[in-house]
Amino acid sequence: MIVELGHFALIFAFVVALAQAVVPLVGAHKGWHGWMQAALPMANAQFLLVAFSFAALTYAFVVSDFSVALVVANSHTAKPLIYKISGVWGNHEGSMLLWVLILTLFGACAAWFGANLRESFRARVLAVQSSVTAAFMAFTLFTSNPFDRMVMPPLDGQDLNPLLQDPGLALHPPFLYLGYVGLSMAFSFAVAALIEGRVDAAWGRWVRPWTLAAWVFLTIGIALGSWWAYYELGWGGFWFWDPVENASLMPWLFAAALLHSAIVVEKREALKSWTILLAILAFGFSLIGTFIVRSGLLTSVHAFAVDPDRGMFILLILAVFMGGALTLFALRAQAMEAKGVFATVSRESALVMNNVLLAVSSFVVFVGTMWPMFAEMLFDRVLSVGPPFFNIAFSPFMIGLAAIMPIGAMLPWKRGDLTRATQPLVGILVFSLAAGALVWAIQTGRSALGPLGVIVGLWVVLGAAVDLWARTGRGDTLARLQRLRRLPRADWGKTTAHSGLGVTIFAICGMLAWQTEDIRVVQVGESFPLGRYEITLADVTRVEGPNFLATRGIMEVERGGRPFTTVMPERRFYTAAGMPTNEAGIHYGLFRDLYLVLGESQDRGGWAVRSYIKPFANWMWAGAALMALGGLLSLSDRRYRVAAGARSRPAGPSALPAE
Amino acid sequence: MRALFLAAALALAVPVAGVAGPQPDEILDDPELEARARALSRDLRCVVCRNESIDDSNADLARDMRLLVRERLVEGDSDEEVMAFLVQRYGEFVLLRPTATGANLVLWISAPVMLLLALGTAFVYLRRRERTSEPAAPKLSPEEEARLRDLMRD
Repeated sequence: MIVELGHFALIFAFVVALAQAVVPLVGAHKGWHGWMQAALPMANAQFLLVAFSFAALTYAFVVSDFSVALVVANSHTAKPLIYKISGVWGNHEGSMLLWVLILTLFGACAAWFGANLRESFRARVLAVQSSVTAAFMAFTLFTSNPFDRMVMPPLDGQDLNPLLQDPGLALHPPFLYLGYVGLSMAFSFAVAALIEGRVDAAWGRWVRPWTLAAWVFLTIGIALGSWWAYYELGWGGFWFWDPVENASLMPWLFAAALLHSAIVVEKREALKSWTILLAILAFGFSLIGTFIVRSGLLTSVHAFAVDPDRGMFILLILAVFMGGALTLFALRAQAMEAKGVFATVSRESALVMNNVLLAVSSFVVFVGTMWPMFAEMLFDRVLSVGPPFFNIAFSPFMIGLAAIMPIGAMLPWKRGDLTRATQPLVGILVFSLAAGALVWAIQTGRSALGPLGVIVGLWVVLGAAVDLWARTGRGDTLARLQRLRRLPRADWGKTTAHSGLGVTIFAICGMLAWQTEDIRVVQVGESFPLGRYEITLADVTRVEGPNFLATRGIMEVERGGRPFTTVMPERRFYTAAGMPTNEAGIHYGLFRDLYLVLGESQDRGGWAVRSYIKPFANWMWAGAALMALGGLLSLSDRRYRVAAGARSRPAGPSALPAE
Repeated sequence: MRALFLAAALALAVPVAGVAGPQPDEILDDPELEARARALSRDLRCVVCRNESIDDSNADLARDMRLLVRERLVEGDSDEEVMAFLVQRYGEFVLLRPTATGANLVLWISAPVMLLLALGTAFVYLRRRERTSEPAAPKLSPEEEARLRDLMRD
């Protein structure tokens, strides 16, 4: 009964969404106050209805209602409660419902916090957002109904894919979706602005927090996914350039570009049409990502079930929204007259460079991801484009971005002097290069990646610190330290996020360059050296989990002859799903992870054991966490808080504060 | 035909799990040859897996391919000869680093070409921006005037 109510709620929400896509738009065109205002209750109703629908599905999972096909396919009574809940979105249909829920949530947020937008503009934003929502509701209802019932309910379910039964992966999809869907807000704002034919500083101020929030969610989602791959897939890889990973990286890059160019719109009223285009493309790439994951066109490690109908439907959504928005853009972009004038050497130009590098790198990922399909369709060549290509083609963009980042961050708006701006950076440039040279000298015979990571990492992190320090102005150190505390949160956010990128680049380079690997057969009781550690396979035991059987290796680690720690890698067999998984035994450390994996038992006795020392592994995710934290700091700045900026200042170009 | 074979193979693709990559009994005694084998393995795709190199995969076929690579290396093949041998046997699909031949040239030059185009466009835009003069701030609309007065009163 509750399941049917959930289904009806979704259908009803679809009808409301259709109405909301039309009524406010007509109202805004005709200037009918009531029709424009109608968008608000409709946005609330949509959110509440879909929330109810989602709760109904979650209920079916929690009580293991095996008359629902989706629950049968993705759940099991013996599964821990948290994975019963995460099972709701650990599959195609349920994750679409989550996607729709987040769409309506953002729509409702625009209604709640949009009191200071022009009435017609808010009505148009809500209408565009609702049309996107309606399209995805139709997709969910017509091709992927999560509420389908079974004719003959089985006694128990088939269990969730054991790889997904993990805390990291339970949270990974919601964060990713918040990010993907958050970009729909930027899209709605862009299209509404095109319809109105008006983009001003207030628009930039409005779009930025939404984009920033989406970017923060995407950062967290991608980092969670990458961390999960690191500890779960059994060889410590963290990024595979898999189509599905690329699908999340492309919108992330575009979101990063968009939130930077929105600053230029907000502060300088330039780059307007480009920012609008970016907002459209950022959401466009979210849709392309959805298409890649759900069409099965590009097979990959974690694609959902292959279904050409669904693929066609999403392609249709993509074509309608991107085609429509880009046509509108072509017609109206000329109206977005730029106001701010700036010199070739200025903060604006540096941000243009940032946009060039981020956008082009994203297109490189796109070309690489889609190339196998193009090649097969056009040239009849079945080929692969794998990590070696992306490492060569993509990495230079990130290095270039890191290289210009500290300089651009310190250039003044409007007109800058390169010599003066870079003067405080000369010291840290020399220091970074010297540190890189030193590392190069110490690590004889290893790849140049390590020293490169040191140089880039130091340059970016110290550069961010120098920038923050320079903002405290002149005077004695004590007074500057006090001013440091009072700097706006946005300044701290910028420094934090920028250093996060530096830390991540350093960690990736360091881990790849300085990793130690050891593969061997070990008898129970036997020891082997790994770097400065001595590892003993003390025992191998059988363990029974709630819904799996495991073989657990007990590996004792010594350092300098003294016991250091005990690590217990496992090989699990999930009985209901009939799938084996591998749980690496990891000892996390500040400067390195010890990563031990128990392999097959060997015919001639003993076990295959792989062991790694992974230097700076944690730093990679710490860097991502810093990026996300920086975004949150910026978001919490009084000046940029959603709606706060609009509330404290009249919307209008003349009220723009100078930097 | 090959596409059909691949489609069938992918449908049966082994899920990622278990211990991946070279097993202890595969490792060559000569560390130099072994290092070459590992480097080559990272550039070769396991043809029944979803986007994994044979160095990362735990599929039986990946093991066969790893053994094959080592066999060829022990027999004295150069790296290029080993790759050519595998391409001849399994098709271009095994190369994770696509060749820069024929249409693939487009793929390889796409990054620098897009970058140059973008830089050119940005440069033209920046130059034009520098030359234009700043327009005067437009007049506020009546509602905005009213709102401003409102705010100033607070």
